[in-house]
Amino acid sequence: MIKTIAQINEKIKQGKVVVVTAEEMKTIVKDKGASLAVRNVDIVTTATFGPMCSSGVYFNIKQPKPKIKLGGSRVFLNGVEAYAGFAAADIFIGAAALSPEGPRNSIYPGEFKYGGAHVIEDLVRGKDIKLEAAVYGTDCYPAKKIKTLINIRDINEAVLFNFRNAYQNYNAAANVSDKVIYTYMGTLRPNLGNVTYCSAGQLSPLLNDPLYRTIGIGTKIFLGGGQGYIAWQGTQHNPLVKRAENKTPLSPAATVAVIGDLKQMSGQWLRGTSFRGYGATLTVGIGVPIPIIDEEAARHAAVTDEQIFTQVIDYSKVYPQGAKEILAKVSYAELKSGEIKIAGKKVPTASISSYYKAREICQILKKRIEGKEFFLTEPVAPLPR
Amino acid sequence: MYSNKIVLHFPSNLVDKPIIYKLCKDFDLEFNILKTFVNPKEEGLMVLELKGDKEQYDKAIKYLKKEGIKFQTLSKDVTRDEEKCVHCGLCLSVCPSSAFEVNLETREVSFRKEKCIACGMCVDVCPYKAMKVKF
Repeated sequence: MIKTIAQINEKIKQGKVVVVTAEEMKTIVKDKGASLAVRNVDIVTTATFGPMCSSGVYFNIKQPKPKIKLGGSRVFLNGVEAYAGFAAADIFIGAAALSPEGPRNSIYPGEFKYGGAHVIEDLVRGKDIKLEAAVYGTDCYPAKKIKTLINIRDINEAVLFNFRNAYQNYNAAANVSDKVIYTYMGTLRPNLGNVTYCSAGQLSPLLNDPLYRTIGIGTKIFLGGGQGYIAWQGTQHNPLVKRAENKTPLSPAATVAVIGDLKQMSGQWLRGTSFRGYGATLTVGIGVPIPIIDEEAARHAAVTDEQIFTQVIDYSKVYPQGAKEILAKVSYAELKSGEIKIAGKKVPTASISSYYKAREICQILKKRIEGKEFFLTEPVAPLPR
Repeated sequence: MYSNKIVLHFPSNLVDKPIIYKLCKDFDLEFNILKTFVNPKEEGLMVLELKGDKEQYDKAIKYLKKEGIKFQTLSKDVTRDEEKCVHCGLCLSVCPSSAFEVNLETREVSFRKEKCIACGMCVDVCPYKAMKVKF
């Protein structure tokens, strides 16, 4: 190891740290080589901004008088069902939660205009949220119902806890059937009418550290505009998939669970999102600093869209049935060109995750590190490899 | 001679009906198809320029409404909420008139209003509700 994280933090303190965005790193390594880059660059900022359904918020409300036990009863926030299977005053709201009375997909394709993710965005933006519950009442918590407005300012704690985020690579989606389908990868037109994809590619955190050499449990990150941490590997974390020579996986692989104080975050980086015919989800902004500790770290962070590949999967039959066939193997550079070829046919492509916003997060994180507002942490345990 | 550009949204059950033929035959209107998006069993969309007698034109519009066709005058009233847009680019692959353009370096998506035909495809597909069309 050429540099330790402690040494890099010392450089931040002294105002001598060199931070570049992942995009800038590609050029540096291309022009000067990895061995020179590792001496010149201390930190590379990476980011992603895309819909991540396994996201949610838990919070604790101030007790009314008389007190109420929400635990074990049904709780609603702006009509959207939240989970309260805990103690008296803790509530968890998931991004994809809906109102039990909403039209959902009964008028197909449903619009899913307001779900848990929209509640989260409203909460973080400081809007009042209507809390309603009818409960059974106990000797120590006698109140039987509550209907009140809550606000992020006056709830005790509010914590964003997302148990699967920042997928290391993801499928590109297509539709080979003869009718339009509505999926979490967007609206897919019939007969290979379009292909959608959802990764920041060369800016994506886990694609710049493909073997999780520096990103681990305890890594401090930019989360929803504030600071957060990687709490654990995410659900469906699968490091054992096939990889390219540059070690980037060829299909969805690692994931992370992240946690952070919602009260520090902003609605700009946590967006309620609606997929027609599918549901509600939260678009989350995540930025991860990668310490360039050695030449291998520099080489990994130099990976470009031309060198990262994913699989195009049919979402009309293959995905729903859990089959394995792939339609094509394509690079992110090809996907970003706006058109790919599948079996000789030209198919237009569109992105779901925002590269533009991911770039913005890389810049913000870079400024925060240079401004001594953000120091790196040493992982306390690695992600499973 | 009256002339107007209009956008028609056909519900899927009407896609098989010869609506445009009726406009021509029953109301003696001259038509010029500017854009179409009609697939079997799917909602259809057509942008037309209609020319003819004003009285006949009004009757034709009444007929379209009676048939359950959503109708709007083609105008430049699709707007983008700049606060809500995240520049993902999902709109790019559905826009029939190439009104969206992506900067290949920054991946910023610009909306070129002058190319917009107000069809509303982007409104349906935008997950952030950034695109709005006023009827």
